[in-house]
Amino acid sequence: MSLTFAILTALLAIGLLALIFGLVLGFAAVKFKVESDPLVEQIDQILPQTQCGQCGYPGCKPYAQAIADGDEINKCPPGGDATIKKLADLMGVEAKSLDAAHGQEDIKKVAYIREDECIGCTKCIQACPVDAILGAAKQMHTVIVDECTGCDLCVDPCPVDCIDMIPLANNASSWRWNIDSIPIKQIG
Amino acid sequence: MKFRLASSPHQHIRRDTGQVMRLVILAMIPGVLLQTWFFGWGTVIQIGLAIITAVVTEAAILELRKRDFERALKDYSAVLTAMLLAVSIPPFAPWWVIVIGTFFAIGIVKQLYGGLGFNVFNPAMAAYVMLLVSFPVQMTQWIPPVNLAQYSHNFMDALNAVFTGFSVEGFSLAQLKTGIDGVTMATPLDTVKTGLAQGFTYSETIERPIFDSVISGLGVASSWISLGYLLGGLYLLKQKVINWHIPLSMIAGLFICSLIMSLVDSDLYPSSLFHLFNGSIIIGAFFIATDPVSASTTNKGRIIFGAAIGVWVYLIREWGGYPDAVAFAVLIMNMAVPLIDYYTRPRTYGHSSSKRKSKDKAQS
Amino acid sequence: MQNNFDDIIDKLDKGELWDFPGGVFPAERKTLSNQTPIAKLPIPERLYVTVKQHIGVEGHLIVEVGQKVLKGQALTKSMNPFAVPVHASTSGEITAIHKHVSAHPSGLPELTVQITSDQDDKWTQLSPMVDYQNQPKTKVLAAICDAGISGMGGAGFPTHIKSSPKKDVDFLIINGIECEPYITSDDRLMREHSWQIRQGIDVLCHLLKPKHVLIGIENNKPEAIEAMQVACRENPNYRVCTIPTKYPAGGEKQLIQVLTNREVPAQGLPVDVGVIMHNVGTCFAIADAIFAGKPLISRVVTVTGEAVEKPSNVWALIGSPIAHLLTHCEYKQTLQKQSNIIMGGPMMGFNVSSDLVPVVKTTNCILAPTDNEMASNNEQACIRCSACADACPASLLPQQLFWHAKAKELDKAQDYNLFDCIECGACAYVCPSEIPLVHYYRIAKAEIRVEQEDKQKSDKARDRFEKREARLIAEQQARDEKHRLAAEARKQAMASNGNNSKDKIAAALARAKAKKQALSEVDDKAIEATELAPANTSEQTAKAEVAEPATKVASSNQRVQAAIARAKAKKAAAEVTDINTELKDKDDASNLKDEQLKQPQQHIDVKKQPNKVSMSTKTVVTDSIPKAVETPPTEKPTITDSKQAKIAAAVAKAKAKREAQKAANSQVAAEPVSAAKVDNIKTVSADELVKTEEQQIDMKKRRIAAAVAKAKAKKAAEKADKSS
Repeated sequence: MSLTFAILTALLAIGLLALIFGLVLGFAAVKFKVESDPLVEQIDQILPQTQCGQCGYPGCKPYAQAIADGDEINKCPPGGDATIKKLADLMGVEAKSLDAAHGQEDIKKVAYIREDECIGCTKCIQACPVDAILGAAKQMHTVIVDECTGCDLCVDPCPVDCIDMIPLANNASSWRWNIDSIPIKQIG
Repeated sequence: MKFRLASSPHQHIRRDTGQVMRLVILAMIPGVLLQTWFFGWGTVIQIGLAIITAVVTEAAILELRKRDFERALKDYSAVLTAMLLAVSIPPFAPWWVIVIGTFFAIGIVKQLYGGLGFNVFNPAMAAYVMLLVSFPVQMTQWIPPVNLAQYSHNFMDALNAVFTGFSVEGFSLAQLKTGIDGVTMATPLDTVKTGLAQGFTYSETIERPIFDSVISGLGVASSWISLGYLLGGLYLLKQKVINWHIPLSMIAGLFICSLIMSLVDSDLYPSSLFHLFNGSIIIGAFFIATDPVSASTTNKGRIIFGAAIGVWVYLIREWGGYPDAVAFAVLIMNMAVPLIDYYTRPRTYGHSSSKRKSKDKAQS
Repeated sequence: MQNNFDDIIDKLDKGELWDFPGGVFPAERKTLSNQTPIAKLPIPERLYVTVKQHIGVEGHLIVEVGQKVLKGQALTKSMNPFAVPVHASTSGEITAIHKHVSAHPSGLPELTVQITSDQDDKWTQLSPMVDYQNQPKTKVLAAICDAGISGMGGAGFPTHIKSSPKKDVDFLIINGIECEPYITSDDRLMREHSWQIRQGIDVLCHLLKPKHVLIGIENNKPEAIEAMQVACRENPNYRVCTIPTKYPAGGEKQLIQVLTNREVPAQGLPVDVGVIMHNVGTCFAIADAIFAGKPLISRVVTVTGEAVEKPSNVWALIGSPIAHLLTHCEYKQTLQKQSNIIMGGPMMGFNVSSDLVPVVKTTNCILAPTDNEMASNNEQACIRCSACADACPASLLPQQLFWHAKAKELDKAQDYNLFDCIECGACAYVCPSEIPLVHYYRIAKAEIRVEQEDKQKSDKARDRFEKREARLIAEQQARDEKHRLAAEARKQAMASNGNNSKDKIAAALARAKAKKQALSEVDDKAIEATELAPANTSEQTAKAEVAEPATKVASSNQRVQAAIARAKAKKAAAEVTDINTELKDKDDASNLKDEQLKQPQQHIDVKKQPNKVSMSTKTVVTDSIPKAVETPPTEKPTITDSKQAKIAAAVAKAKAKREAQKAANSQVAAEPVSAAKVDNIKTVSADELVKTEEQQIDMKKRRIAAAVAKAKAKKAAEKADKSS
């Protein structure tokens, strides 16, 4: 009799506890719910937005979608290791090194059109994913440097090969205090 | 010509880590001298053993970790840790106790956590607790002050006792431990604790003839040693090696707790002064809790850290199993340091308050 | 928590000040250089005037190489509120405009005007504005801007912008603290030119209308304090405040805190708490610009350090290479193991990478210390002593910042208010582990800035990309819509054009349908034909039909009928064969893919042979009644069909003829011999014609076959791709 009673109390106590904690958890889940962006948006935020297509997708957003659907995170050469690390953090997976099949991380470049050679074919304008090339048919084209993402996509379509990718120049405001790399001028 | 390139500031205060550590070691000397005066050469032998073990351990592990051990040894931090541990253990404790303890302090508590600056716990105190828990007998064999001991001993006696357990004349440790009146000595804290456990009141305990000499003799010795360390601590304060926050708050924490309790019942609870000058409160407050690596780093945090240690010491002394508690209290608060630091960030110039700032950030 | 103006004045009246947290007390070493008056220097041979010497945008160059310039002549023009012009510091010729090592920690080359001095030092026309009090503020501000004045204390913020605040100003604070060790340029300037500094303050007061002017000078410069007190005696509103010496009391935020107990809000400006601060050097330059019309072309520079034999203050022309100053003060390189020249003070200055670095408007000191004077870098592990936190004037936690900056946890570093760090160097100064803390913060700050820029750029790129995508889609839709509308419009137009056209369309549609049907029927037949032995069936039908006319060649009527029937039969047969060949072609093409076109042709030939046999008899009749063949065109569904039929017929004819000839030649058959003979003469002329026709047809067929084959191959390839 007393045994039954003991078991009953135990069951009741545990049941009651479970109920209370369940309620607390449920309440917390509702009350402290963290609103977050959809995953694709978050991934897209991390990607460098060069829209270069080196990942094999026609832009950063589609690749973000693909990552969200389970594609590898190491297909973005412009973002490099930094982007992979961030993606790994976001996706909760191991960061791996850049997939060499998609290219190598390179210094930042911008497209430059050798304007006297440009024939005004507008092919590069159509290729540019961010509308950073200005020009009209039969007119010389030029690149808006500030808008160029350095995606390389305009180089191939050019029939006269007048587009170069030139590295962005260092300037004092983007200098990262790498004192050791200051070029020392020899003074005679 | 090639130009030197360095980042500002180019000027630097002439005090490096080694100097800081040497200053602390220097400040310990009065206390160590007094301890030697009262308890004989054992303390010095222990310190010597500890320093050798510490340096060897540090060098060996740094070599294993492929770090520059020469530079690390020059910072004297291992020496300081060794000294702090050595003065905490009984002078005639067997040699292997201090060797194991120091190895543990340097090898495990300090280097395994990444070396100087990365250890979570105070190495000396962690090792002390490890020894106390592992070798309770050896760790509680305090000998009577020299002037009260039945058998006097010299340096060679002490050396022999540490390594063999017997003095040159062949007295055993147990004999060395015996006082003039044939009573085995213990610390006053121990005595009081035992007395209270036996049903005596505090005042009765200290007045019991059998313990009279304990209290007067050992108490006097303990107080003098504490004064020695107090002197060193004040020197460190003056030299701005340590801040006033931790020592003061720790002493205040213990003082206030003991004052309140002794006012409630002076029969059961010893007076504040008894608490302050017995055991290792002073050395703890000025030399151990102020260990920068494992203490809180903000001013507010230091006050909380110190005061909490004081309270813990009192709690453990009064209601815990051990007569003294500085080591436990320090270790407990070491664990709380990251939390304390996080919540006691000072208000940055130009910010209304650090809390609101973080909230703003969360919202934005 | 802004302190009340009156409370502040009360407290200042009592001679009390506030304090700022932290601070350090480095050895001052100011007596090295402040014992002698400011020296004049000979004019350097070459001057390198950096185009951008301030915070903001560079001015627009208005000179060119080879041009002669006079002292004080503007080299650039201000095109933007944040642009400040630079001027020729002496007269001479512009020998180059190129990139030259800059007075920046990075030493990165920047656009610089190189002037080769003619040693005449001839001034350009100056236009002072002595009656500035009667001039509108904008004019005074313009004069300050045109004189190229930017803050001379440190950052180099354009003075005319700082002097035209949008808020009321309680305090104008003149910063004569000069808290950095070694530097004494402001000290000497105040001692020697206190009156002119006061004149500059007068101008600023006219512009800013502050309630009170505080001139803060550290108590280690008693002579300067006295000189300024004497100069400001007449105006009770000017108060010289003696500040206890503590580094970095001269920091803008710190000085405001000491004098007013107000704190500049994070990311705010001093004017947000009713304070504007100017450096004494700036005041001097303003007075020069307004009362003498002189632009900012020279400044006081302290040249000091133990590696300099004669440390002193000098008047340096803006653009002088520091080598010029060092030579004058007898810099001994031998006293240094490695050349070590610092532009600025020992706490915040930077090492220069060349001695051709020019003096710029913010250069207050050139420091050449011996090796013993400055610390060598010997970084050790942080022991968390938090001496740095105790020294930090901004109440930051340098140690946490250091952890996060080192670990590149930039967001956490920002959470610890990294950007409130003023880079004063107090933390690194006291660090017992000699960690170059400020360096870590600078790197972290630079990285955060770059990251933010990248973020902005990528956001913009995303935006542009998305906009472009949207635009392309919209354009496509617009195109589709246009086509749809055009189609509808056509339909409508046809509908309104009446029955006539409708009938026509209907007729056309019907025709097309019929044709389709016929084709499909034929198709069906052809398929059947290919499935069963096609040649046989066609042969049989042809034979059956042909046999009839052969027996009934009686009346003309009958003959015509027969001819029609024959024509029909022939057409059917031709069509069948045509389709057959076509199908066969296709089949072959798809099977053999890229095989030569000859092969299918051969197949056709082989296939046609039985037909030819039957037709050989037919040809006789056909030739005799050519009209009959032409008469029933109505029965032919389309012209192309008839054409096809003709072609087929021609082919068949030709073949049949050849066959017949062969037969005639080789085998003497009883019945067709006579016919063949009769025919023989007739066909000779037609023979050539038929041959050319045949060739043409062959060509066309080949081309068609090729196209079909190509298409088939492509399809197959696609299929293969898909399946793989």
